[in-house]
Amino acid sequence: MNNVKAIVLRAAGINCDTETEYALNLAGANAQRIHINQIIEKQTILDGFHIMVFPGGFSYGDDVAAGKILANQIIHHLAEAIRKFIADGKLVLGICNGFQVLTKMGILPGDDSTTPAYQNDVTITCNDSGIFEDRWVYLAPQTKRCLFIDPDKQIYMPIAHGEGKVVAKDDDTLQALIDNDHIAFKYVDEDGNEGGYPINPNGSIASIAGLTDTTGRVLGLMPHPERHIHNTQHPRWTRLKTKGQPDGMTIFKNAVNYIKNNF
Amino acid sequence: MTQWRFEVFNHTGFPDVHGHSILEEIKELGIKEIQAVQSARVFLIEADFDKQFAKRVAEELLTDPVCEQYIIGRSGPPAGLAKATLIEVHLKSGVTDPVAESVTNAIYDMGQKTGNVRTAKKYILLGGISQKQIDTITKKILANDCIEEVIIGNETEPPGPHLKPYEFNLVHWPVCNLDAGALTKLSKEKDLFLNLTEMQTIRNYYTELSREPTDVELETIAQTWSEHCVHKTLKSSIDFSFNDQQLHFDNLLKETVFKATKELDKNWCISVFEDNAGVVEFDSDSAICFKVETHNHPSALDPYGGAATGIGGVIRDPMGTGLGAKPIANTDIFCFGEPDKKIGDIPKGILHPKRIMKGVVAGVRDYGNRMGIPTVNGAIYFDDRYLANPLVFCGNIGLMDKNKCFKNPQTGNLIIVVGGRTGRDGIHGATFSSGQMTHEYETIFSHAVQIGNAITEKKMLDVLLKANELNLYEAITDCGAGGLSSAVGEMGEKLGAEVELEKVPLKYAGLSYTEIWISEAQERMLIAVKPEKLDEIMKIFKAENVEATVIGKFTDNKKLTLRYDGNQIAEIDMQFLHEGIPKYSRKAAWNEPELTEPAIPEKQNYNDDLLKILSSYNVASKEWVIRQYDHEVQGGSVVKPLTGEKNDGPSDAAVIKPKLNSQKAIAISCGMNPLYGDIDPYWMALAGIDEAVRNLISVGARPDRIALLDNFCWGNCTKPETLGTLVRSAQACYDGATAFKAPFISGKDSLNNEFECEDGSTISIPPTLLVSAVSIVEDVNNCVTMDLKDSDNLLFIIGETKNELGGSHYYKIRKQLGSNVPKVDLRKAPKIAEKISEAINQQLIESCHDCSEGGLAVTLAEMAFAGELGIKANLKGLPKSDDCLKASSQLFSESTSRFVVEVKQENFDNFAKLMLNLPFGQIGTVTKEKKLIIKNQNGKNIINIDNDKLKQSWQKTFNW
Repeated sequence: MNNVKAIVLRAAGINCDTETEYALNLAGANAQRIHINQIIEKQTILDGFHIMVFPGGFSYGDDVAAGKILANQIIHHLAEAIRKFIADGKLVLGICNGFQVLTKMGILPGDDSTTPAYQNDVTITCNDSGIFEDRWVYLAPQTKRCLFIDPDKQIYMPIAHGEGKVVAKDDDTLQALIDNDHIAFKYVDEDGNEGGYPINPNGSIASIAGLTDTTGRVLGLMPHPERHIHNTQHPRWTRLKTKGQPDGMTIFKNAVNYIKNNF
Repeated sequence: MTQWRFEVFNHTGFPDVHGHSILEEIKELGIKEIQAVQSARVFLIEADFDKQFAKRVAEELLTDPVCEQYIIGRSGPPAGLAKATLIEVHLKSGVTDPVAESVTNAIYDMGQKTGNVRTAKKYILLGGISQKQIDTITKKILANDCIEEVIIGNETEPPGPHLKPYEFNLVHWPVCNLDAGALTKLSKEKDLFLNLTEMQTIRNYYTELSREPTDVELETIAQTWSEHCVHKTLKSSIDFSFNDQQLHFDNLLKETVFKATKELDKNWCISVFEDNAGVVEFDSDSAICFKVETHNHPSALDPYGGAATGIGGVIRDPMGTGLGAKPIANTDIFCFGEPDKKIGDIPKGILHPKRIMKGVVAGVRDYGNRMGIPTVNGAIYFDDRYLANPLVFCGNIGLMDKNKCFKNPQTGNLIIVVGGRTGRDGIHGATFSSGQMTHEYETIFSHAVQIGNAITEKKMLDVLLKANELNLYEAITDCGAGGLSSAVGEMGEKLGAEVELEKVPLKYAGLSYTEIWISEAQERMLIAVKPEKLDEIMKIFKAENVEATVIGKFTDNKKLTLRYDGNQIAEIDMQFLHEGIPKYSRKAAWNEPELTEPAIPEKQNYNDDLLKILSSYNVASKEWVIRQYDHEVQGGSVVKPLTGEKNDGPSDAAVIKPKLNSQKAIAISCGMNPLYGDIDPYWMALAGIDEAVRNLISVGARPDRIALLDNFCWGNCTKPETLGTLVRSAQACYDGATAFKAPFISGKDSLNNEFECEDGSTISIPPTLLVSAVSIVEDVNNCVTMDLKDSDNLLFIIGETKNELGGSHYYKIRKQLGSNVPKVDLRKAPKIAEKISEAINQQLIESCHDCSEGGLAVTLAEMAFAGELGIKANLKGLPKSDDCLKASSQLFSESTSRFVVEVKQENFDNFAKLMLNLPFGQIGTVTKEKKLIIKNQNGKNIINIDNDKLKQSWQKTFNW
């Protein structure tokens, strides 16, 4: 099918919705920004969409903890609708605050048949630096399962967050994340090697920058793909003068193409 | 209801980032006895739910299941450690607590209602310390007296907010029978900040009416006539004596800054100096508007809250310009005392400059980032005269529909207040910010501090943009200084207005009608709506949980009428309110100071001087600050504040695309040089304008579309010699704007930035003029950055280097001032700008960087380390004045209107043709070897430093 419809969630404090909508449209989707109140009022709205994006921002001010209040609201009003959305074979993308929300809801890393749920085992917390930082990072894909990702392509995009450190309850949980192929991206340097700050900008365990669920149809990541969809967004574009497809577009294009091929 | 108390701690094994940073700050205070700090979040929730539900609230909402643990109730000191101090920091009653609001809503989502919810922070300090040390730690680090209450130990909690309802009681403040002394006394007692002439004018007005004014009438007049709101000094008539000449101005602003704009009469200027921001054309459909405000006094008292509400306030200016703009970029420029000041050297009543700086940066960061507006341009200056009066300039640029640049409120329109509720915060902000600070202000004026909640503002912005799109309102303005008083007063100036104050939604009970009327509570906008559109607009607000309330209507009787529960409490003629303010005449004087050039012997090499300048506060990298701001949200980033091979070189200006699908963009820059003002404020102002222009030109902006903004921050202008420096600067604004054909479109002043110390002495800030600038970039693909691009390229300097070390950093690192201040050649400077721009458009330039603080040597060093390439330079090729003979002047003179550009060999001919007749010369080539080598005219190396060392010096200062 060609009419790929994407919903970009709005809520108090979400602030990357406009550029995310633009990126989806640029990738060939027909995207719409819709307020959470409207979805709660009429949950069937979701039926008309193929891709649901939780964009970046500071939902409800990140009060209590980043993404927590919005996650709580969704758990109590929309959990079933979203589970159904995923079960229907559709796609969910969480960027930055959206990733925090998906994690705090337990959608990511999600249920494994072997482990009941990670909701209480994996979280995203304050950067080791203790402050918000905006900087560009290299991301190395870690899985072939996640359909948003080109598994062989290292990509470059910015992070902008104060709470982006992915942590697991214990070593066993981390091992399960690795064994069950939940790690979508790791922070690396230009040559693909893991390292300390600032290569890993927030101190995430195992340099985790993004997670996927068991289906590979849900992706959450701290960096912002919608901020690298034009070559002039690259911090060194005046040096490189590259003409190819900007790295952030791969995520949106892969999503759109998946729907085109599967629906 | 039960009061549930929750304490949330980190799990062992997970770092307590907040506690750790507190520990670092305690160490910085020199207190070594504390070994560890544990922090906890405290929630006090009144509710009817049971223990089981309380556990759910703790586990599902308040505590992170992985890295935190909680207790319900109160934790004691950790077992086995006798020497522990427990400190709790609560918000004072009435202070906005956004987290509490969110928790209330979240518990409602979980199915339970709550009563009052409050949050607090708890600290456990491990180590034996004295009571005095506890006081120091709480006062200097943990809490701010203005907004927070501290409880030491583990026994009590602060009382809940008092909710005693207000009982109406009409108060008169009689003036009709008062003599001069009594009038002055009344003004002082009531914090009206009105002078005797103004008080007499008011007395005459009420005497004629044969009645006494009410308290709210006098407050309204005081707000409307405050320096903050009407700029009475800049608009006054001035007799100016300058050296031996006498000059007279009927209205200083109109005859200098405005005059240039009027004479230039650019057709792309849409609305200048009349609305909340200046508006210029962007493209055929859209306009951009730009406003820069200061929030100095509040930031001195509460750096975090003051700066946050500073940025929050200026964002509402574009939102309230014309029929409303979408904010697309923030700027911020700060002036602080030097951050390494010893604690003992800080006068009483003043916070340490490092604490102020950290708080201000955090305030701008948290508010700007939460709003989703990129903070793209800024600067920070350090001078100890800013110790007591830090300057916090916050700017915002908005994008708007070209057909919606003007308001049109009409008789019969409903007055609606949208957004946040009204509380007791920010009372007397406008009048307070117009006065001088003293060591007692911290206690007396704590109520002038306002507390922001960015999410309330963001929600309000979202719905207002939608209502604007649907043409549902006739006029909009922000509730800024003076609160509803100023907003309603201004919008209804030509019509008249009636307001029912009891309808204004309040954060808590107990506010008097006057408090409601003049509160400067944040995140409120005022709109005028036709009655027939009320339902539709209210529906939009309600759909996204934004509160909006009809509080009155616009009339046609040209009176401002206020009622409370049906009782009339004020009736003032709009004409008197807006035009009754007496006109002032003032005296100003400026005499050229007698200064000399220091005698500094010439040296064999200047490596140390360059390194020292690079690491000096003004020049050093501000990466620590810049990265805390989201400078890329909204996706329009083209030239970022940091650039180069390692993304860490200093850009000259920011370029952003307001429309993602267009290649057209805007460039934003600033210029400021307080040091030059100590020699001559005229040249200081021109240097600021020239610098702002240079910065725009360097990235590829159009020279013929530059719009300027002025922000005058001055000391006490009732002193003729202080006002004299302001007049000198204003004259320069006229000359500079005219020469560059760059009109001023908006401006603001903040006067009386003086501090009265306990011993009666005063500290005044140096005359400080910030020039902000914006221009158009036709095609972002032609933008240029400052980092060197390739070896073997040629380096040229355009513009003459003169013997102008006065006010330079070369002198500053020696604590010298000098006398030869840089002077702008107003004939040549615009030509140079034009030609550089042409060369950039013809793609003849690979990199371009202006010469500013630190002179040529600093410019070359920055270009080299940003590009990870080296430079071999020779001062032989430097175009210079006849008296610029010393190597030190050639390297470090801060002569204006100079650019260094990198040109490919094959472009040399075309480039040279363009530059013909301008002062330009080749000064070097780009090398692979990462080293800066500068030879003097005789071919001897006078600078020879590896890039790594240069960059390290530049970066180490703020490596916090």
